[in-house]
Amino acid sequence: MIYLRLIWSYLKIGLFGFGGGYAMLSLIEREIVGPGWITEKTFTDIVAISQMTPGPIGINSATYIGYAAPLQAGFTNPLWGVLGSVVCTLVVVLPSFLLVAYTSHFIARHKDSVAIRGIFMGLRPVVIGLIASAALLLMNAENFGSETFEIWISVIIAIGALATVLFTKIHPILVILASGLAGFLIYY
Amino acid sequence: MKTDRIYSQLFASFVRIGAFTFGGGWAMISLIEREVVETRKWIAREEFLDLLAVAQSLPGILAVNISVAVGDRLRGWKGSVAAAMGTIMPCFLIILAIAIFLTPELIQNNPVVSAIFRGIRPAVVALIIAPVVTTAKASHIGWKTVWIPVVVALLIWSHIPVISNPILYIVLGGVFGFIWLRRQERLLTMRQIDKKEKEEGL
Repeated sequence: MIYLRLIWSYLKIGLFGFGGGYAMLSLIEREIVGPGWITEKTFTDIVAISQMTPGPIGINSATYIGYAAPLQAGFTNPLWGVLGSVVCTLVVVLPSFLLVAYTSHFIARHKDSVAIRGIFMGLRPVVIGLIASAALLLMNAENFGSETFEIWISVIIAIGALATVLFTKIHPILVILASGLAGFLIYY
Repeated sequence: MKTDRIYSQLFASFVRIGAFTFGGGWAMISLIEREVVETRKWIAREEFLDLLAVAQSLPGILAVNISVAVGDRLRGWKGSVAAAMGTIMPCFLIILAIAIFLTPELIQNNPVVSAIFRGIRPAVVALIIAPVVTTAKASHIGWKTVWIPVVVALLIWSHIPVISNPILYIVLGGVFGFIWLRRQERLLTMRQIDKKEKEEGL
């Protein structure tokens, strides 16, 4: 039953997604690309779409995958997709409600304790590893191409985009639009 | 009457924030702070910072956590629902519309769209490498700790069944962080006691 599996996956994402959107990516990748609901390519496309639209990446991916996964699995009526996206979006935020309601007083009271400070001190380097793993996972033939020419173009685009984001104040959306334009000019 | 209005105000405020912040997370926080603290005057700034500390400590989507916390602070769980629905609604509707029209098949089979996305994909990878660099700087990762993210990233990347599960490292990071800090604090207090005893001995 694809809906139950989607619920289980997004529950895990909502419950263990520490460190913000980028750190959640490797978790999402594992839960969603792993079972084969969407391809590696589509996953990257969702990240791209998330960058260009408002809202957190956790929600964006839940909504898109919730819609795409049931249709990919053989449901033909788009309403099943809409149901899937409603379910996934609600499930990914459900842990937030429960945790804020039941743990926020505890955390507020103990936020200077050794336990909580220690946990977050330990999480900090892990979160960086999580983001880096998402980048590593996406550096593959599906995203960079398999022919020499396309790989070179992809590497140039990636280095250009990275340098632009790190060293200038140009907005990431513009970087994506520019690389999309480059793709159109080179490949079309 | 007044209590009725706060739900719709919460919803409307967070819809506006949800609809106009690109990039999620931190970009949203400053907007939420301005709306909740300055414009609506629902919460004092110090209290907002406390809520933010809690929202950051919890897993899940930061913007959702903070809207749930603000709603909860104002009107309990009903407030949380109103605020969180506001945050979720705009991006849910936008992405649903995109999902309906821009299907994986269309991206793959339409020559124009497919060419555009072939250019975009490597840039997206670069946009994920960038926060690795900026977060490492912000977290003061030095030569003594840099092995942790490197090992974590490589093991998750390895695709070895249990070892590549990100959840494993989140749990281990928390547990070892706690154990390490507790040991450090104990060593510190023991040294202080030693010092005191020596002073008293003299």
